[in-house]
Amino acid sequence: MSIPFGGYASPEQIMRDRAEYARKGIARGRSVVVMQYADGILFVAPNPSKALHKISEIYDRIGFAAVGRYNEFESLRLAGIRYADINGYTFNRNDVTGRGLANLYAQQLGMIFTESIKSFEVEIVVAEVGEAAEDDQIYRITFDGSVFDEQGMAVIGGQADAVGGRLKERYVDGLPLPQALDAALTALTEPGGERPPVTQIEVAVLDRGREHRKFLRLTGPRLEKLLEAAKESQEGARQPVAEQAQEEQASAEQAPDTAPPIAPEGDIDTGSGE
Amino acid sequence: MASQPAWMNSLFTYTGSSSFSEFLGAYAPNLLPARNESLAAPVVDEIPHATTIVAATCAGGVVMAGDRRATSGNIISQRDIEKVFRTDEYSCMGIAGTASTGLELARLYRVELEHYEKTEGRSLSTEGKAHRLATMIRGNLPMAMQGLVVVPLFAAYDPAGDVGRIFSYDVGGGPYEQREFHSIGSGSIFARGSLKKLYRENASPQDTVLACLHALYDAADDDSATGGPDVMRKIWPVVSVITADGFRRLPDDEVAEFVESMLERRMTAPEGPIAPLR
Repeated sequence: MSIPFGGYASPEQIMRDRAEYARKGIARGRSVVVMQYADGILFVAPNPSKALHKISEIYDRIGFAAVGRYNEFESLRLAGIRYADINGYTFNRNDVTGRGLANLYAQQLGMIFTESIKSFEVEIVVAEVGEAAEDDQIYRITFDGSVFDEQGMAVIGGQADAVGGRLKERYVDGLPLPQALDAALTALTEPGGERPPVTQIEVAVLDRGREHRKFLRLTGPRLEKLLEAAKESQEGARQPVAEQAQEEQASAEQAPDTAPPIAPEGDIDTGSGE
Repeated sequence: MASQPAWMNSLFTYTGSSSFSEFLGAYAPNLLPARNESLAAPVVDEIPHATTIVAATCAGGVVMAGDRRATSGNIISQRDIEKVFRTDEYSCMGIAGTASTGLELARLYRVELEHYEKTEGRSLSTEGKAHRLATMIRGNLPMAMQGLVVVPLFAAYDPAGDVGRIFSYDVGGGPYEQREFHSIGSGSIFARGSLKKLYRENASPQDTVLACLHALYDAADDDSATGGPDVMRKIWPVVSVITADGFRRLPDDEVAEFVESMLERRMTAPEGPIAPLR
C-alpha cells in the first residue's frame, strides 16, 4: 500500500477542509446576540472576562461584535477603528458607514480564506444605528467573507441555529430595552438552564437618542437594574409578546424568500446549452 | 517622514502605538496638519485669526467660553465662528491664532483622544491628554515660524480628583497647568485682568459662567479683535461647562439669559461689577 506523498487535493476539497476547520472553531464558544430594540441596537454576549471584550465601539453609530479566536477578531476590530477614524477624519463623521466597514471586513476575510493555509476562526457582526429604526443595519460576516444583511437580529457563534430559533420566537420589532434584553438572555440560555449571572455577561447598546457617540457599554449597577427590569417584564409581558410573535410568524410564512443575494440564483450553468 | 516598512502602512497589520496621529503619519502623512513646507512669504494678516478664549474652574468642574469673532487684519472675517470644541466627554479646547490651522488641530485632537479610548478600552488620563496636545502643537512649530501660529487652551474635568483643570500652551508646546483661571488670544490681557477681580473660588458653575462672560465683555471693550455679544443678530459667546456629568455646551437661549442679565447691569455700571476693596 502506498502512502500518497505530495499528492493532489482538489480545490473543492481544500476549501471544504478549511471551512470545516473554521466552523468547528467558531462553534466551540458561546453565542452572541445582536438585535434591534425600540431605541436602537442591543448587543448581548456571555463573557466571563471584564477586560477582553467581544463587543465594542467602532465609530459614532457603529458597533462590533465577534466570536471565535480572540487574537483574530481583535486585529479585525483594531483595523475597523483605524478605517473608521481615517475616513471620518479625511471626509466627515457622517461619511463613515457600516456598509463600508462590512465590505472591508468581507474583503479581508475572503482574502485570508482563499490565500492562507488557515482561515480566521471568527464570525463578526457590524451594526449601525440610524436616525430611525428603518435605517438600522445589521451585517453578519462569516469566516469566508460572505456578508449577510440581517433583518432585526443576528446570532453568531456557538449553537447559533438553536439560539437563533429561540430568539425568533420572542423577537418583535420595537421591543423596549428590558424586554429585548430578556428575549436575548432567554435565547442564550438553554431550555431549563440557569441564566448567566450579571458578572458573566457583556451588554452594550447603540442608542439613537444619545448625543455624539451612540455606543454605550452597560455595566455595574446600571446593568443590574436593567436585568431586574428584564426579569419583571418576563412574567408581565410574556403573554402578549408570545401572541404578537405568533402573528409575526404567520406573516413571515407568507412573505417571500428573503435570503440575501450572495450568489447567482438558479442551477449552475453547465454550458451544455440545454 | 522616514520611509516605513510596508506592514506599518496597513490597516490590518499596523502594530504601532494607540495614537491616531502616529498611525496617520505612517498611513497617510499628507493628511497631517503639520507639514514642513516653507511659504514664499510669511503670512501675517491675510488669513483669519481667532481671538479670545477664557476658562475658569468652578465647584466640581470647569467653564470655558469664547467670543465669536475672527479677524483678518482690520477686517472682521467672520462674526459667528466657533472656537471652543468638545474633544471628549470630559474635556474641551479653545483655539486662538490662525483659525484654519486651529480648526484642523481640534479635529485631529478629537480623533486622537477617541482613537485611544476605543483601541485601549479606557480614556487617557488628564495629564496624558494635556501632553498629547503639547506634542501636536510642537509639531506645528515650523508653520508657526512662517506666521501660522496657533495656541490652544485645554480644560478638562479630572475624575481622579473630582476637579476641573486648565492647561495652557505656547507655540513650542507645553503644557503649563494653570490654577483657577486663564485666558488666551488677543484680548486675553484684559480678560485675565477682569477675571482676577471676578473669579471666586469654588463658585457654582452658573456664577463662573457669568464671570467668564464679564471677562469676555471686558476683552471686547478694550480689544478691537474680540467681539462682544451681538444683540441685534443674536450671536452669543460659546460657553461650555464640564462637570462629573460630562461636557455640556450651553444652548443659545440659556447663554442669552446670562448675557442679557449682564448687559442690564452694564447699562448702569458700564465698567462692570466692582470688586470690594476691603
